[in-house]
Amino acid sequence: MTAWAIEGVRPLGAAPTTLYVDRGIFVADRPTGAQVIDADGLIALPGLVDLHAHLREPGREDAETVETGTRSAALGGFTAVHAMANTDPVADVAGVVEQVWRLGEQAGHCEVRPVGAVTVGLAGERLAELGAMADSAAAVRVFSDDGRCVHDALLMRRALEYVKAFDGVIAQHAQEPRLTEAAQMNEGEWSGVLGLTGWPAVAEEAIIARDCLLAAHVGSRLHVCHVSTAGSVELIRWAKSKGWNVTAEVTPHHLLLTDELVASYDPVFKVNPPLRTQADVDALREGLADGTIDAVATDHAPHPLEDKETEWGCAAFGMIGLETALSVVVATMVDTGLLDWAGVADRMSVRPARIGRLPAHGNDLAVGEAANLVLLDPAARWTVDPALSASRSRNTPYAGHELPARVVATFLRGRPTVIDGKPA
Amino acid sequence: MNRHLLSSGDLSRDDAILVLDTAAEMDTTLAGRSIKKLPTLRGRTVVNLFFEDSTRTRTSFEVAAKRLSADVINFAAKGSSVSKGESLKDTALTLEAMGADAVVVRHGASGAPHRLAHWIRGSVINAGDGTHEHPTQALLDAYTMRKRLGHVDGLSVAVVGDVLHSRVARSNVLLLATLGADVTVVAPPTLLPVGMSSWPCQVSYDLDAVLPKADAVMMLRVQNERMNGGFFPTIREYSRRYGLDARRMAALPERSIVMHPGPMNRGVEIAAEVADSVRSTIVEQVANGVSVRMAVLYLLLGGPTDSDASLGEGEAR
Repeated sequence: MTAWAIEGVRPLGAAPTTLYVDRGIFVADRPTGAQVIDADGLIALPGLVDLHAHLREPGREDAETVETGTRSAALGGFTAVHAMANTDPVADVAGVVEQVWRLGEQAGHCEVRPVGAVTVGLAGERLAELGAMADSAAAVRVFSDDGRCVHDALLMRRALEYVKAFDGVIAQHAQEPRLTEAAQMNEGEWSGVLGLTGWPAVAEEAIIARDCLLAAHVGSRLHVCHVSTAGSVELIRWAKSKGWNVTAEVTPHHLLLTDELVASYDPVFKVNPPLRTQADVDALREGLADGTIDAVATDHAPHPLEDKETEWGCAAFGMIGLETALSVVVATMVDTGLLDWAGVADRMSVRPARIGRLPAHGNDLAVGEAANLVLLDPAARWTVDPALSASRSRNTPYAGHELPARVVATFLRGRPTVIDGKPA
Repeated sequence: MNRHLLSSGDLSRDDAILVLDTAAEMDTTLAGRSIKKLPTLRGRTVVNLFFEDSTRTRTSFEVAAKRLSADVINFAAKGSSVSKGESLKDTALTLEAMGADAVVVRHGASGAPHRLAHWIRGSVINAGDGTHEHPTQALLDAYTMRKRLGHVDGLSVAVVGDVLHSRVARSNVLLLATLGADVTVVAPPTLLPVGMSSWPCQVSYDLDAVLPKADAVMMLRVQNERMNGGFFPTIREYSRRYGLDARRMAALPERSIVMHPGPMNRGVEIAAEVADSVRSTIVEQVANGVSVRMAVLYLLLGGPTDSDASLGEGEAR
């Protein structure tokens, strides 16, 4: 363990100062023997917290492992990552969530917070042992059948009620299954032209509306995963105006990309929920700016090449996104004037840490707090090269794109996981 | 012309007219010959890559290629390694290694020809992809209209049936609009795509309102799987509201023609007496299909070879 003096850094974009780190926390005075980092021109944010990533382990280690996924996350400025439950075996028992949590501890790149499945095998039929996962060493607080929707209204009600006992939250993948049978892309102008089965906005919005009402009825906490439509933003705004305990996330790709890209039939743009229209993108940005949407979450979804180098209809859904998330948020929210750096910290660290109940993350860069932080160069521009990703997969939709802002260093509990833009 | 023919939308008006004119030349050149064969594509290899059964389209392309003296390989998915799970990419690389100059592809997935065009240097001709497009069908339909009615520009054309799932409808709407026809698609609302405002056509739910001014009526096949898919209550109700029977045919203007891409469901979307009437162009469409496909193969392959410039050029999509 080393001590650090981060000189000339601008915390949340404020005036330059020096931050001191010693034995894992921020301290007031320069520690003796502190290693100096010249952070002139760099911005410091609390370490980013991802509420939604697929690390694929156990089961699909050909696509990603906890080690590679969290290394990728650290390079993207994250200090905590929630690992989704749709592994093989499914993370629906204490044993699996503890395994994933331990793999995260061993890798040491990020704090890994396993998400527990809501239902056994993600089958949507009966509740998994949510309490056992909550009480395990992994201390699960976020539960989700992500990839599948808990579509049975009674089961969803029971899940929302049950997790109140241990301050859990149900993170819903909102997708009405009957309305999205064989769905391939956003239902709209382009699906008609391209002859691909549509995934209508109403299939997301109908579930969100129902779940908000259920959460209000039972007085529980609902989190809505990867909100993708303008109508969903309106519904969540309405639910929040009622004072209900509803939070929501948006992915970077839904803040930037539109369904027009599907015209290439390149499955790198195939994702669930699908890319929507520019009007949806605009509403999502506005919702994130005004706080209706609480958090940016990556929905990092690695897939091996052979699952993407195929016909559109056969290809897997999903995009990787941990290393590009911050840059895409800068491009879509900061460069557009919709969020300042404090706003970025709020949406990518503070609020996701609160939703996931992570006390050591998302805090002020203040004396006594755990030194989880990211240093970024706001002036840098870089071109995305999939081959350089630490992820085991290459399915980024941004290959060849030039993006603003670059992560220079990431610190987890006072220890660098990334230095000079490279794994420490 | 582009190097590939993936969508009717890729054809400019000049391209489309060139194909139709070339098809007419093919007809004239071969008319009255006892040996129906031209030496134009001697030494070129055309692969028919069919992942779906389609005897009529495959045969049409095969006859077209053979009349131009090309070597034809029929690569049917069922008898090949594709049925053992070989990926589209590996199939493409195999064909590339065999030196295919053109690949005519029929595939159940929309956009499969677009993917294929990424992986091979030869020309890719879309012979029907999923519920997307079937551009040579649209070309042969336009050719048929021109032959029967003298022109396409200014014609009023009704395309009737399952527009949502029809590659024939998509390709025809795009091509006919390019050629200056006035197109109306007619279907029950459940069989129309959401968000059609960008389509260059009008939309109607009422066949009887459209027929009196239609110069050509194109009836689309009702696929078996739609009949049980809840898109309409019963096949009889569909037939009553959207089928073309003798009574409805009587509402057409005198010179109007009735078209169908085949295979027909007689008694469902088209009554037998309509299919067999003098207005029907269904058999001509089949004959015209060969001429149009000859024209397409000739224009994509018959120009200068790869070492030459111009016609071989085209963006890799």
